[in-house]
Amino acid sequence: MSAASPEKLLQVDNVSLSFGGVQALSEVSFDVHRHEILAIIGPNGAGKSSMLNVINGFYHPQRGSITYKGQTRKAMRPHLAARQGIARTFQNIALFKGMTALDNIMTGRNLKMKVGFLLQALHLGPARREEIEHRLHVERLIDFLEIEAIRKTPVGRLPYGMQKRVELCRALAMEPDLLLLDEPMAGMNVEEKEDMCRFILDVNDEFGTTIILIEHDMGVVMDISNRVVVLDYGCKIAEGTPDEVRANKQVIDAYLGVG
Amino acid sequence: MIYREAGNYKTTYAADQAIFTLQLDRVFMTMVMVLAFLVVPLWANEYWLQAVLIPFLIFSLAAIGLNLLTGYAGQLSLGTGGFMAVGAYSTYKLTTAFPDLNILLVFLLAGFFAALVGIVFGLPSLRIKGFYLAVATLAAQFFILWLFNKVGWFYNNNSSGNITAPPRELFGLVVTGAAAKAQVRYLLSLGILTLFALFAKNIVRGRIGRSWMAIRDMDIAAEIIGIRPLHTKLLAFALSSFYCGVAGAMSVFLWLGSAETEAFSIFISFQVLFMVIVGGLGSILGSILGAAFITLLPILLTNVPLLVGLRIPIDLQKHIEQIVFGGLIVFFLIVEPHGLARLWQIMKEKLRRWPFPY
Repeated sequence: MSAASPEKLLQVDNVSLSFGGVQALSEVSFDVHRHEILAIIGPNGAGKSSMLNVINGFYHPQRGSITYKGQTRKAMRPHLAARQGIARTFQNIALFKGMTALDNIMTGRNLKMKVGFLLQALHLGPARREEIEHRLHVERLIDFLEIEAIRKTPVGRLPYGMQKRVELCRALAMEPDLLLLDEPMAGMNVEEKEDMCRFILDVNDEFGTTIILIEHDMGVVMDISNRVVVLDYGCKIAEGTPDEVRANKQVIDAYLGVG
Repeated sequence: MIYREAGNYKTTYAADQAIFTLQLDRVFMTMVMVLAFLVVPLWANEYWLQAVLIPFLIFSLAAIGLNLLTGYAGQLSLGTGGFMAVGAYSTYKLTTAFPDLNILLVFLLAGFFAALVGIVFGLPSLRIKGFYLAVATLAAQFFILWLFNKVGWFYNNNSSGNITAPPRELFGLVVTGAAAKAQVRYLLSLGILTLFALFAKNIVRGRIGRSWMAIRDMDIAAEIIGIRPLHTKLLAFALSSFYCGVAGAMSVFLWLGSAETEAFSIFISFQVLFMVIVGGLGSILGSILGAAFITLLPILLTNVPLLVGLRIPIDLQKHIEQIVFGGLIVFFLIVEPHGLARLWQIMKEKLRRWPFPY
């Protein structure tokens, strides 16, 4: 699919991260190509989520560097990452519970909204126009993810699968170049998983978004990802296409098991 | 015309984003406004205006201020009284130093001073949260009052230690001080409250309000979206203190006429916090309902025994009043922990479906 354009969007170089005595990541390096879906897999505690946290600047690694869009940094910062087009979803849904689905998604547009404080207080022309302009964009995404019916529902009242979808929608509202999905299908039934897979593929296809995905469902990973990185105890043990990874002896021992 | 949403089609996003989406809501609101601006000043006597309505309006403004900070941005504050004092004392200093300055402008400037002080005392909020932050803001409360008592410059070194509102005119009418008529002061307070409530509503339904609520609900996710916590929290502190400062200025200049720091004690901070909690966290309407509840209920309770012709000793009556008042607060919080605003919302939802059960 995207193998034709091996342009690097993100490059992780020898990243090491530790918390006190715990080595979460050691000397991990991999590249992410523009427009691909890269899956990170590995047993629990392998450092997958920590890797995402490093990429969007929530954790600052002790060693190594991150090159994003050609700029090399020792560490990202969350604000900077957001500004440069990195969005993410969380393993245990991090929606704003007291707000409606629509408000949650509109919050994703925050960085794109520019109208100043006074105009907002007065709700004059530009403020009103901006609000509607962004609402239009958000409504297109709501339509895309098929959550029209729940847009005015407080997210706390929504079922789990829907919350996951709203969270994806909020991330998409940022118009990201790189989307980090932390277990987007955890705890879903087969039908919901199929829906989510379809959305992920569509996002990748229609918006050209590069996606890094953490997932435990091997069927899903093998089906939708272009490449797979395997972590175990904070070290990268394999990288390659799904088929290569599936055949790798080390990966079978550490994670996949003999099926 | 029945109060319901069915058949009420919105065809533009502008219509969907209006404050009042239902026509009946708009009609009702217009009626309330007409009543408040035209009928009340004609009908109400000096006692009602001075003892009931003006304090209610002023505390509504302070409650909106605190609600922006605590209800929307999730930062607990016990410094409301202190920030109100900053507003009151800056108004006094400004208007005695520049007597020709328009009094409304002075109120705004006083609000800005309060906002600056709010930002300073909001700085710890980046590191500490919840009850610990409340204790930090308590420091603001005590420090500010101590400063205003200690340094004579703040009350122009007068012998009483009080600040007294000098008479100031607006459109040819005396609006502050002892010479001002209660009707005039009521209308000015109402005007200020109406405008500021509208501003607050516009802020909370736009980008800034959403970033506040995002910080309140899930600060990590907010940061990932690109919301800067310090920036957002300090803006909440600034705006909240601005509102409280203006309310403080009004309470001396449009209500009490003269005050010392005692008028802005910790008791006031708690009272405003109760208004916000009883009224509903994260609701502008709730702030006003809460202020009404806390300021009007004691007066109602005082008058009930008289109305039914019951003669009881005044001290006993005062105690009964306090017991009933406390009991009612507990009752309301048990019935609806999200406050009066939520009750109002539930009532509207029920009304929409009436007479059908679902």
